[in-house]
Amino acid sequence: MFFTMIIKVALKAMLANKLRSTLAMLGIIIGVGAVIAMLAIGSGAQKAIMDRFTAFGTNLLTVRPGQKGTGGVMSGTQQNLTVEDGIALTEVPGVSAVAPSVSGRVQVKYLSKNARTDCTGTTVTYFPIRNYEIESGKPFNDLDCDAMARVCVIGPVTATNLFGAEDPVDKTIKLNGINFRVVGVLKAKGDQGYYNPDDQAIVPYTTAMKELFGLTYVRDITCRVADDSDIDKTQEAIFAVMRKRHRVQPGQPDDVEIRNQAEFLTAATQATDTFTYLLGSVAAISLLVGGIGIMNIMLVSVTERTREIGIRKAIGAKDRDILRQFLIEAILMSGIGGVVGVALGIGIAKLVPILTHGSFQTLIQIPGIVIAIGFSAAVGIFFGYYPAVRAARLDPIEALRYE
Amino acid sequence: MIEAKDLVKTYVLGGQTVHALDHVSVHVDPGEMIAIRGPSGSGKSTLMNILGCLDRPDGGSYILGNEDTRLIPQNRLAALRNTHIGFVFQTFNLLPRMSALENVELPMHYAGRREAKKNALEALRLVGLSDRTHHEPNQLSGGQRQRVAIARALVNNPTILLADEPTGALDSRTGEEILSLFKELNSQGRTVIIVTHDSNVAKHCQREIFLMDGKIAAPPTPANSPSLLLTTDH
Repeated sequence: MFFTMIIKVALKAMLANKLRSTLAMLGIIIGVGAVIAMLAIGSGAQKAIMDRFTAFGTNLLTVRPGQKGTGGVMSGTQQNLTVEDGIALTEVPGVSAVAPSVSGRVQVKYLSKNARTDCTGTTVTYFPIRNYEIESGKPFNDLDCDAMARVCVIGPVTATNLFGAEDPVDKTIKLNGINFRVVGVLKAKGDQGYYNPDDQAIVPYTTAMKELFGLTYVRDITCRVADDSDIDKTQEAIFAVMRKRHRVQPGQPDDVEIRNQAEFLTAATQATDTFTYLLGSVAAISLLVGGIGIMNIMLVSVTERTREIGIRKAIGAKDRDILRQFLIEAILMSGIGGVVGVALGIGIAKLVPILTHGSFQTLIQIPGIVIAIGFSAAVGIFFGYYPAVRAARLDPIEALRYE
Repeated sequence: MIEAKDLVKTYVLGGQTVHALDHVSVHVDPGEMIAIRGPSGSGKSTLMNILGCLDRPDGGSYILGNEDTRLIPQNRLAALRNTHIGFVFQTFNLLPRMSALENVELPMHYAGRREAKKNALEALRLVGLSDRTHHEPNQLSGGQRQRVAIARALVNNPTILLADEPTGALDSRTGEEILSLFKELNSQGRTVIIVTHDSNVAKHCQREIFLMDGKIAAPPTPANSPSLLLTTDH
């Protein structure tokens, strides 16, 4: 009852000085808005990177040829990975699936339409390992690989480029002039920036090596590890198998490299975390400045209302009653600033992806909002306390005499 | 009920010691209506501040009700003001942006009492403002504002009503109305102390205490009034 009266008085005091109150709150509004918007942008960037990695699985180890040369002089990439290496890796404990692959650029042609696209030759295990799903048709199978069948699975963008609205399944296209039957179309994954998985053709590795590229070596072997926590142990086991198979003498360096997606992910996450903290702390500083603005206006308000304080004391207000009144006013001011700031921050977070045409994604963080509101209320208490104490300690006779 | 003995209050103003109160004793019985009168600088405001527990004397004793105010710690003086004293000021001193009702409720809230609204409405009825409860001070006339201030002073049922020049900011007719209100409240048994410089106001009271240079003095008659003395000196 009395509490609602205090809040009413505080709100009326604010309304009586609209411009001044708004300017005082502006610091908090901008501060809170900035915290929320910056955290949303930071988290959005992080999520974009995470999505890019998880689209291909985080539990993958990619074995690639090491660099050729001795004594620190590297003279190019070795060609030493074979399909048999891949078969051997299926025996390594912890490895649940293996897919060797070769790749290159090819000319694709259907009737009069043609384009250049990436072509990967691999096994049927490649699809689950790389999280590829089939939109229509089906993937090729082991028999196709054994038979060096001229079949292919194409990405949805390639399908649209060649076929338009027509269904590509069971149609025949030409890859580098050779007829291939389309058996399936991939489900869209979205452009990854450095390459587009939706614009490619996937064919059996046997066909690709022999007929398209004329290779006897594979480019890489991707291994999926059954359990994420075993990834380091499995990596060591793969190195050991490869040394044995390639007869690397003890003391010689490994002749293959292994790329670990999880390591990549950790590094990327750390980078975006730093980015987020940086943005967040800049925003927190503006919140601090906003608090000083509130303190300034509260000091002015206490001076202006000296007489009111005197009257309140004369009719029986204790020091703590006056303290409470001014503290509530300060908290209310920073609280309202905080709420408006949240709205502003969410607004910016929603606007950024639209204004940048989707190249900046944002992710609004509920904990960020809670922290920002809590922080702004804390700013109100912290910066409102000193002016409130000044008001509470006024001498009633002096205060009543104040003109 | 009010027993003030040998009150002493001195100020140092510009290096000079001013004896605002010099051994002043005041006794007021319950139900009395008295005036404290004196020219400006006579110490009547200082006396009022001490009687109203806004200030403490440097010497002497002050017993209000049956409490010795010297024994009350500083932070409890506010509670004493709240329950024992009802202040009425020359310039009304209502809080802006609060309705008449809210102004009157305020002392009850500070006392932590229940039924603030009911009691505030009753106090407003007593001063004849039942139809103005939701007006803010700037929507009321001077006389009405002073009535709200009196209702605020009454609401906690204090031991004494302490009025500082209550008619000073009002025209004479409204001033008379306010003084009749005080008389009426006094006739209902309330103790009223009016601080004034105006002998016409003091005439409404049962007796007056005249202060001159911080001491109780005989009130000036036309024969010994300071202004007349000055003229006869010529």
